[in-house]
Order: sequence, then C-alpha cells, then structure tokens
Amino acid sequence: MAVKDYLRQRFFPHMWCPGCGHGTILNSLLRAIEELGLEKNKIVMTSGIGCSSRISGYVDFHSLHTMHGRALACATGVKLSRPHLNVIVPMGDGDALAIGGNHFIHAARRNIDITAIVMNNRIYGMTGGQFSPLSGTNIKATTAPYKTIDQEFDVVQLAIAAGATFVARSTAFHAKESTDVLKKAIQHKGFSVVEILSQCPTHYGRKNKEGDAVSMLELHKTNTAKLGSKALEKNPGLTARGIFVDLEKPEYCAEYDKIIAFAMKEKVS
Amino acid sequence: MARQKLKEIVINREWCKGCGICVHFCPTKVLELDFDEKSVAIRPEDCICCKMCELRCPDLAIEVLTYEGEDNEK
Repeated sequence: MAVKDYLRQRFFPHMWCPGCGHGTILNSLLRAIEELGLEKNKIVMTSGIGCSSRISGYVDFHSLHTMHGRALACATGVKLSRPHLNVIVPMGDGDALAIGGNHFIHAARRNIDITAIVMNNRIYGMTGGQFSPLSGTNIKATTAPYKTIDQEFDVVQLAIAAGATFVARSTAFHAKESTDVLKKAIQHKGFSVVEILSQCPTHYGRKNKEGDAVSMLELHKTNTAKLGSKALEKNPGLTARGIFVDLEKPEYCAEYDKIIAFAMKEKVS
Repeated sequence: MARQKLKEIVINREWCKGCGICVHFCPTKVLELDFDEKSVAIRPEDCICCKMCELRCPDLAIEVLTYEGEDNEK
C-alpha cells in the first residue's frame, strides 16, 4: 500500500505551518507503518490537544482526538478493552509532559503496550508560542520575553526512570532513522517512548533567531549525534540519538488477563 | 544490485507550501522553488533517487517514482 493510502486526503493540505517538523514526523510514521505492513483497521491513534495532536485527524486509522494531556489515559482504556489493536499516541511536548505529565509517568510505570511519540518542538505552537517544560533555559517565548530560567525535562531519562521498556530519540532531520526507530517501537511489547525533535519555525525559530525550517533542521544535524558514536564521545554536549533502552518486562494487558483467569478459577471452585 | 532509475518526480502543488526543505537538502540540487513558491524539479536528469526529499517533505507533497535500472555489474 502506498503512503497516501494511509491518509485522509480530503483534509489536505494540512493545517501545519510551512516547514513544520510535525509533517515530517507524520511522513516517517506512515512509512514505518507501511513497512511493517500493518492493517489500517488494526491501528488506533489517540491524541490530545495541540498542533501535534492534529495528526490523528490526518490518518485513516481508528482515531480519537481527546482531552489535553489525556491521550495516554484514553489509549490505556482502548488497549485494555481491545488488546489486539496497535495503539499509537503522538503527543506534543507540553501535551505529554506538562498537562499530561502524570499520565505519562504512570503509563510508563505500568508498561502497557502503547507506542508514545513525543513530538518535541520545545514550544506551545497552537496557542501562540508559550514556553513548555521542554523549552529549557535561555529561550525566548511569548511568556518569557526576558528568556526562560526553567530547566527542561530530559524525556529519555524521565521515561527510563518511570519504567518505559523502550526509549529512543531521533529528529525530524533524520527521517530514515525516525522510521527505523518507530518500526521497532511499534513492534516492541510494552510501553515505548520515542522522542522526535521537531522544528517550529513560526514561533520557536522566529523568537530565538534560529531562522527558517531549513536552518532549524541544520541545527538538528549539528547538535545531535548517534549513541555510541565518536562525535558524541568527543563532544558530550551534543544531544544523543538512538535507542537508549530496549527491555522485556511483564506487560500490563497480559498481566491483567492472568488476573482475570485467576479470578474466574476462584469463582468456579 | 540493480540501480533505481528515475521515472518521474511528482509534486503535488496543492499540498506544497514552499518551505524549501527539499530544495536545500537535495544532494544534486534537482529542485527549486518557482514564482508561486512551489517546488519544481528543474534538473531531473541529475536525480540520484535517494528519495530524501520525499521522506523529509512535511507536506507529503513529493513522490519520486522509480524503476529498476540495468544491473551495475554488466
């Protein structure tokens, strides 16, 4: 099946700004799904609120556009009632870790078989460029005209500490790498977190003098390095890309099935 | 292995928003933006079919159609 067959083409051209990294992430995700040969009917995409969350409207899968930050809670419900479906949850940085921070750590703790994608553009784009918990220090935003003083979350470290069993990071520039990582994340049995650095040329780029989409993508290239590479060893200040954790642990739905079986046996005897 | 050869670069002008990502990152400078700020393939003969424009396009507007060329070893 071609990539376009996975789209709801009647909603195109999409509402994202010219050069928005979220479009590239959608592109990579569709290619991952195509290469895995997944059926459209076997995928549920759940999203919250924000630019990133509009993604669920553009894909021709089962889709739920839910409350701000609550995408993972709704996805947990879907997965528990229909464990045979692939549940994919794309979220923005604020959606995942500010408004939905609690849902994020608890979904990771339970190790439920959901693929969470954090589309990190380090800003709230839809509401006009407020800084988010992933913006980091020394960033200009609508709500920080004299620059931010807040430290950012490290999504990878946070997800590992919370108990996610597959944690990876890529960027919108590294489109092929994103596709590979997403393929592994979807196939992984357990909670997988993939952080994909995205660019918001409209708000983040303009305010922080990072230029247009092209120069922001160039920054993805120069400011990141592959895990275990020489470049990262020489310059630990770079953001690491790659798969950080890939573990096997008891999965939540499977454990729940065991509990049901146990309770039913008790009832009969 | 047989090399991929270019059949056509299809660009959906309705979907293209002219961000210039494909133009900038094309290794052989096949693409350019026209007067309408839409991407066009002006040098398709230079295309090496890496398909990075198709993979990076945020608007999903580019499709690089290829066919299997003759074997390299021959």
